[in-house]
Amino acid sequence: MSSTEDYQPLHGADHAPGDEPVGRHEVAEGVVGYLIGLGLAVLLTAVSFFIAGTSLVWHPSIPIALVVLAIAQIGVHLVFFLHITTGPDNVNNVLALAFGVLIVFLLIVGSLWIMYNLNQNMGPMPMPMG
Amino acid sequence: MTAFQAGADYGDGRGEEARGPAAIVLGHADPASKRIIVGYGFWIFLLSDIIMFSAFFATYAVLSGETAGGPSGKDLFDLHNVAIETACLLLSSFTCGLAAIGARAHNGLMYYGGMAATCVLGLGFLTIEIHEFVGMIAQGAGPTRSAFLSAFFTLVGCHGVHVTLGTLWLLTMIAQVFAKGYRADILRRVLCFALFWHTLDIIWVAIFTVVYLFGAGA
Repeated sequence: MSSTEDYQPLHGADHAPGDEPVGRHEVAEGVVGYLIGLGLAVLLTAVSFFIAGTSLVWHPSIPIALVVLAIAQIGVHLVFFLHITTGPDNVNNVLALAFGVLIVFLLIVGSLWIMYNLNQNMGPMPMPMG
Repeated sequence: MTAFQAGADYGDGRGEEARGPAAIVLGHADPASKRIIVGYGFWIFLLSDIIMFSAFFATYAVLSGETAGGPSGKDLFDLHNVAIETACLLLSSFTCGLAAIGARAHNGLMYYGGMAATCVLGLGFLTIEIHEFVGMIAQGAGPTRSAFLSAFFTLVGCHGVHVTLGTLWLLTMIAQVFAKGYRADILRRVLCFALFWHTLDIIWVAIFTVVYLFGAGA
């Protein structure tokens, strides 16, 4: 199989994660896409670092703001760098991602939930156990 | 509707002769190209890698306060270094994207230039990270000091190992394209490498937020 054949979607219904959407094979367009992604990622990172060290915002809101910014930045990376989009040619990739996100969510939230309750129910323990 | 009309309904500009008679009758499309299948399979692997990292993140989140009287993140983390590390990885994701475009367009300057820049930025990241780890261990804040530090070194160290392996893969891909040219199978490996590298960047976004910014700020 020649290298150009490998890029042609045989039935126009899928594209590989990381590949540009079908029809966007121009070098300049591709570079612009990565440039937009880099710009957004740098902006979100800069805001994250600024918020973490500032006293301008209400203190308890900082962790929530950082989580929101991180999720937004992960979204930017997925769309502009990994080219996981909501297009009809991307359903398989998005479904796999959705399942991965579900497992990650269950693992992290479940662990935190259980361990928080354990800590509360146990209370302080006498140090020399036994 | 006849079988032939059903076959023509895909609207992809290819005649029925491109499909076998069975495909026309059953309404099946052709199988996806190897590039799509390989990319999809590697995407599944990357998601499983992310799930593994999420276990380390959960462990870290549970143990981040258990310093056993030792130093906390506030005492140890230098956000200045973290900002430089982040800049290295973000820029390397961009140069990796340029290399992927270059590989696709068979443009040697873009491919080799992009890969070389990615390699330099990755090595820069690793240098700063190893320097940080060595400094922490030297001041008695190694992985054995507390549960917090065990979780920290496991999580951040695992990402560092991924970057190290990614850099080796990067050098391999430079050599393979140099030796074998822009062959379809080599280009599929370049695609997988680019996916891997971008995914490391996503994990780093979570690390600098959860570990460093939470640790040093709040």
